[in-house]
Amino acid sequence: MKLYEYMGKDLFAHYGVKVELSRMVKTPAEARSAAEEMGPVVVKAQVLSGKRGKAGVISIVDSPDEAYREAERILQQEVDGEQVKCLLVSQKVIIHQELYLAITVDGKSRRPIILASSHGGMDVEEVPEGGMIKWPLDISMGYLPFMGREIGFRMGLQGALVHRFSDLLGKLYHMFRATDAELVEINPLAVCGEELIAIDSKVNIDDDALQRQPELPRVQEKTALEKKAQEMDIAYVDLGGDIAVMANGAGITMATLDLVQYNGGTPANFLDFGGGAGVEKTSQAMELMLGTNPKVILVNIFGGITRCDDVARAFASVKENKDINIPVFFRLVGTNEDEGRQVLREIGIEAYSSMEEAVRRAVEASIGKEEVN
Amino acid sequence: MSIYINENTRVLVQGITGNQGSFHTRQMLAYGTGIVAGVSPGKEGQQVEGVPVYNSVFAALRKHEAEATILFTPAPYARDAALEAIEAGIKIIVMIPENIPLHDAMEIMHFAHSREAVIVGPNTFGLVSSGKCKIGIMPNRIFNPGPVGVVSRSGTLCYEIVDRLAENGLGTTTVVGLGGDRIVGLDFIEVLTKFSQDPETKAVVMVGEIGGSAEEEAAAFIENNISQPVVAFLAGKSAPPGKRMGHAGAIIEGSRGTYDSKVEALVSCGARVAELPSEIPELIKQVL
Repeated sequence: MKLYEYMGKDLFAHYGVKVELSRMVKTPAEARSAAEEMGPVVVKAQVLSGKRGKAGVISIVDSPDEAYREAERILQQEVDGEQVKCLLVSQKVIIHQELYLAITVDGKSRRPIILASSHGGMDVEEVPEGGMIKWPLDISMGYLPFMGREIGFRMGLQGALVHRFSDLLGKLYHMFRATDAELVEINPLAVCGEELIAIDSKVNIDDDALQRQPELPRVQEKTALEKKAQEMDIAYVDLGGDIAVMANGAGITMATLDLVQYNGGTPANFLDFGGGAGVEKTSQAMELMLGTNPKVILVNIFGGITRCDDVARAFASVKENKDINIPVFFRLVGTNEDEGRQVLREIGIEAYSSMEEAVRRAVEASIGKEEVN
Repeated sequence: MSIYINENTRVLVQGITGNQGSFHTRQMLAYGTGIVAGVSPGKEGQQVEGVPVYNSVFAALRKHEAEATILFTPAPYARDAALEAIEAGIKIIVMIPENIPLHDAMEIMHFAHSREAVIVGPNTFGLVSSGKCKIGIMPNRIFNPGPVGVVSRSGTLCYEIVDRLAENGLGTTTVVGLGGDRIVGLDFIEVLTKFSQDPETKAVVMVGEIGGSAEEEAAAFIENNISQPVVAFLAGKSAPPGKRMGHAGAIIEGSRGTYDSKVEALVSCGARVAELPSEIPELIKQVL
């Protein structure tokens, strides 16, 4: 779960990482009154996309009236398909140097890793190779001040700033662990005289740990169908094409989508209903898939703990309650295959045994090469 | 031969009294796996499929010897169960559950490393040495002995591929599921290293997917360290960036973890990459 900048900064402040004076607002009038109190300010759209600068939704303003006008303009914008709904009005600070600092999870070493660079402010991916200091942490030892001093000196910090930096990094690590974060990033971390101030925040929380993080704010970035799928514990992604796809297992579902594309079709969705789902959950997954308004349905089952007859019965029961006037293609192999085929035959569907053939037929039907049966 | 597990491996089942635990205990016993005991706190004295149940791993190990354990413990308690097994001295821990918090996974991996224990998963189907021992949840019928080693990030896709091999008369030595999470224990490189030391494994199939850099790292390693031919298949060619495709680890982040980068790395190290699952048996026959 990605957090908005203002949420991340609330957490920074809570854990003792210094942030500039700022206020989250939802109207131009609120932006004006914030600017009246703070003096020169920066008005920033609160969206989850990292490309705000390029999208023109960050604006430095000199007067409360300008804050009003810019807020009005930015609130009408969309960034990466996300409508701007609120803004952060932040006091402008005088910055001497911009640093980059992050803590994330390193899949390769299976450890938390500190990333730091004296090239702050820019896109992380644009930081030159070798310009990023990487420090994997021993999770049983945790953070110790010598790490921050070492990293600080290597970035060229001097005097009291090195100790400030080391102290800040300790607080950030504490936050990273305490909030079950996947990523805490400060870019830029501004050097303002003897102070270090977090000018931006990027915080991602591990979805699998949200249950034990009841105090963290919640951000919903899923589409309505994706949200419904999440409640049903089904892995689902909207893809916008013609062929609704479901399969049992993430890898085989991806491979099915790849085959759809290979054959020239477009998948409407990714839907992995997992292994061993019974008739009821499978029916729910099918209804979810029908919500994409597809031209064609494609179900690919390699039955292990998933039983082919359960899947076939689930479809039969969905079909009984709903008019399904589009072509349906099933591939059934594995546990209780014969029973499953029989159930489908009774409702006029002949299942394929080859995944390639089922996908090819589904794609042909979706582009009108085959008559609807 | 086989890697990690064989006909002599003695296995515990943690979470044996649950639905999944008892169902798969029956399946594993049917495959011939040497399950010696189950663990389920508060259920000591019961039996599941004839297997005695104990309150803790320690209690089980007072009566039995075991080298491996399989966990069906629900995700919020999986950290505790895994650390218990490691602390008790078990050396192979197969973690079936998915949705284990990342920070828990990091702690488990750290402790396992310090005790020289191997973690398979989490979010894995397990591993099977064909005809000898299955510690996992995969269907029994497709894993027959033969010359091919298989290592995979995904479950059902791996079964699909193993089944295609079987249809073509190609059996398997050991099949290992690495797991679909971002932090997993065993990785491609460790499993490939074991395969390279196994004289019965004549070729290796690697089943990868988008996200992370495990395939790229494996490719760099294969070039100089693996004697057998490697055939790879990668899922997720059509996946859009920024979306988690079912597995927590299957996500393209910026320019990282793309299909093209993985194919390029594997091809440049001499591995053959199948574009379709159906091409794999033919490619294996060519290299055997």
